[in-house]
Amino acid sequence: MNKPVVVITGALTGIGRATALAFAKNGARLVVSGRRETEGKALEQELQKLGAEAVFVQADVRSDEEVRRLIDQAVARFGRLDVAVNNAGTEGQPGPIVNQTAESYAATFDTNVLGTLLSVKHELRVMSAQKSGSIINISSTYGHEGAAYASVYVASKHAVEGLTKSAALEAAASGVRVNAVAPGPTDTGMLDRFTATPENKAALVSTVPLGRVGKPADIAQMIVFLASDAASFVTGEIVSVDGGKSAG
Amino acid sequence: MTVQNDLSGKTALVTGASRGIGRATALALARAGAQVIVHYGNGEKEATAVVGDIRNGGGKAEKVTADLRAADGPHQLAERVRAIIGSRLDILVANAGISKAATIADTTVEDFDAVFAVNVRAPYFLVQQLLPVMCKGSSVIMLSSLAGHAVVGNLSAYAATKGAIDTLVKHFASALGERGIRVNAVAPGVVPTEMSNFTKTAEGRDFTMKMQALKRLSTPEDIAAAITFLASDQAQWITGDTLRVDGGSKL
Repeated sequence: MNKPVVVITGALTGIGRATALAFAKNGARLVVSGRRETEGKALEQELQKLGAEAVFVQADVRSDEEVRRLIDQAVARFGRLDVAVNNAGTEGQPGPIVNQTAESYAATFDTNVLGTLLSVKHELRVMSAQKSGSIINISSTYGHEGAAYASVYVASKHAVEGLTKSAALEAAASGVRVNAVAPGPTDTGMLDRFTATPENKAALVSTVPLGRVGKPADIAQMIVFLASDAASFVTGEIVSVDGGKSAG
Repeated sequence: MTVQNDLSGKTALVTGASRGIGRATALALARAGAQVIVHYGNGEKEATAVVGDIRNGGGKAEKVTADLRAADGPHQLAERVRAIIGSRLDILVANAGISKAATIADTTVEDFDAVFAVNVRAPYFLVQQLLPVMCKGSSVIMLSSLAGHAVVGNLSAYAATKGAIDTLVKHFASALGERGIRVNAVAPGVVPTEMSNFTKTAEGRDFTMKMQALKRLSTPEDIAAAITFLASDQAQWITGDTLRVDGGSKL
């Protein structure tokens, strides 16, 4: 697997974008996906300028048909699928539980849980037949901790961790590994929206033992490691990349 | 896909590096460019061979001995290491460990104390004694185990030492974060080494394969690869974590 074929959902910003750049530097062939075509085409060109074979495929992870098309197009273009990074996610509508609605729940769970399930479903379809592959889901520190006023997001990321372990058990027989990375507060648009004010952001970062917010590249390096041969015995694992937030 | 971790210019100490996971880790860190201090307890011949392998590959290595069962063993080891590396230790892999299978009824006070001395007390005081030469970017990696969070064999005393390691990692990571020192653990599953006879019987191999999602035996190199990654700057925002490298055991 000299030039692995990598699919990344939610690839246009933040951790997804940093992951695409990190794989490009490691010689991967890339299928980057997201909902916005202009940004997608720009990322495709940026990756190509780095010397990577790259293509943007527009897809919404909440749609079974669109995810099917994304994975099928990746295989049609490159002949195989070695790595999938299921990064598309949303912070939803943070706030007290008493303000949550069936709609706010669905808006979060459809992307974070259903989207991850549909992605794993279509990726496994290809990887199981191929007898190899590495899937990396994106959880969060909130995938294994509670947080006031973020209950729906927290619940959705807990679901991602359970899904990851179950998928690892199902996929192992065909030589496919499934892991998750659980980032702590990482410097992205999502964190800015989530914290709303610089004061809130600083307060959150002050809970990180290493004393700084995460860089998207910090998360991307772990994702690349999990995709690599160096991690060939790692499956069903949730790796915290959080500056020590879960510990301290 | 192979990812290169660049450790050139870094200094590393690996305890229990004459055999098994420690040996594989010393060789992997050296291949990535680190100068490696190869600690051994009683395998001097094997430690000499590890140092020879590293030097033959163009790397830098020295061997040191210390008895980590002794109360002042970590202090002596730290002193010897500081005499070699001077003012900066970038990587500490506290790998040395012992285990003895025994039922609760058969576990003696002596065996219990010995396993806690080597597996918990020694890493604790080794970190304490080496703190003056650790700096921003230094990385400590301790060896946990699948046994620390799941029942495998008659290993209750050993398992408790590994539970202690997972706890120490969190406290050390939290306390040393402001100095930029990272502390993590790697938790192997069943690895066929001299320390573990588990996979040397058909019954043990069968148990291992049933317990693991992945149907192959682990190798010391699997564990060394994870340690090398955690030692590198590519893991610079990872601290306080125990990374399981166990083929998906007991999920």
